[in-house]
Amino acid sequence: MPCIVAVMSIGHALLGLLESGPRHGYDLKRSYDERFGQDRPLHYGQVYATLSRLLKGGLVEVDGVTPGDGPERKRYAITTAGVTDVERWLAAPEKPELYLQSTLYTKLVIALLTGRPAADVLDRQRAEHLNTMRALTRRKATGDLADQLVCDHALFHLEADLRFLELAAARLDALARTVTEARP
Amino acid sequence: MTPDTPGPLAEATPISPTATPAEATAEGGSLLAAVELRKRFGATTALDGASLRVAAGEIVALMGPSGSGKSTLLHCLAGIFPPDAGEVRYGDRSLSRMSETARSALRRGEFGFVFQFGQLVPELTCAENVALPLRLSGVRRREAQRRAVGELERLAVADVARKRPGEVSGGQGQRVAVARALVTQPKVIFADEPTGALDSLNGEQVMRLLTEAARASRAAVVLVTHDARVAAYSDREVVVRDGRTRTFG
Repeated sequence: MPCIVAVMSIGHALLGLLESGPRHGYDLKRSYDERFGQDRPLHYGQVYATLSRLLKGGLVEVDGVTPGDGPERKRYAITTAGVTDVERWLAAPEKPELYLQSTLYTKLVIALLTGRPAADVLDRQRAEHLNTMRALTRRKATGDLADQLVCDHALFHLEADLRFLELAAARLDALARTVTEARP
Repeated sequence: MTPDTPGPLAEATPISPTATPAEATAEGGSLLAAVELRKRFGATTALDGASLRVAAGEIVALMGPSGSGKSTLLHCLAGIFPPDAGEVRYGDRSLSRMSETARSALRRGEFGFVFQFGQLVPELTCAENVALPLRLSGVRRREAQRRAVGELERLAVADVARKRPGEVSGGQGQRVAVARALVTQPKVIFADEPTGALDSLNGEQVMRLLTEAARASRAAVVLVTHDARVAAYSDREVVVRDGRTRTFG
């Protein structure tokens, strides 16, 4: 299932969560998973490796240590440098993905080059996209507002793909001529 | 991928002439079926052998490029356009063999319609618009009004009951149109680009309310749309291209 956190910086997200107050690594993971990780919860290893990196970079500091039966539990706090880093991250727009190396486009060209029915490639892909969109639409019906927005983000991207599929279907004959004329 | 060819209905299990469409569904497997429909408008071929089956309670999206024939297919399925060839069956009845009077009665009593621009009667209040199909079916004014207001409440637009369509927003007007389609408790709802004139948020609300209400009453929905986010509310899609149907999944 599409997931916006796949391309998100985990480090910046953890820093952002720490801005509301110091937390243990376990609490941070739980908070992250609740907000962003429904499809992809963090592994503990990822959390502690990220915190270790942030600690080394001076973006977080150890705010206290709680002794226990097992290993000591460190509580982390964001530093001033960490807050500045979050501000810088929020201020920088994400680079739009261009999808110029689309597997679907490659399949389309290969189907045309090899004389296979390219329209079937498009039709099967449309059905697959719509099935995923149905699953997201069902999920939206029961999700909270944050989950609905995550699903909407994915739905709009899938819709854009489908519009490409329609356009490609309408231009299939022209594309076939272009592809076969350019055959080396 | 297979063409959505329901097969010869003549070979379907014989159905009692007194069976209701719902009973016919249980025996025949589909509530509504189009078989090899052909339809021309002058020199233009709109349908060129389109076939489709819709089960009771199923939500089917008809998709395809502009001019592909999807709206014509919906109009033929609803008995609004007679096909030049082929057959539309509703339960055990052939729409092609029915008189126009019988088809009108069927549309009034068992079908509901939602169009892109609502097509509400501007001189009537929203409640009167919703009550209209009931009044045309002979329901008394007070009872029709009571049921209309109930339907408007279900669609969260009871507050516009006394307003005229020109006094409400596009989203509210479309919900009123959905209420009008649902008020007769139809077996099939035909929706032609029902959110085409709405923004994303209002479109979503209309689709959610329409499909929830249809599922609750086990009404089938035939939905024409070019919008994939609207089609995602369906159970399956049928692609119409050059007047022919293809189905997937």
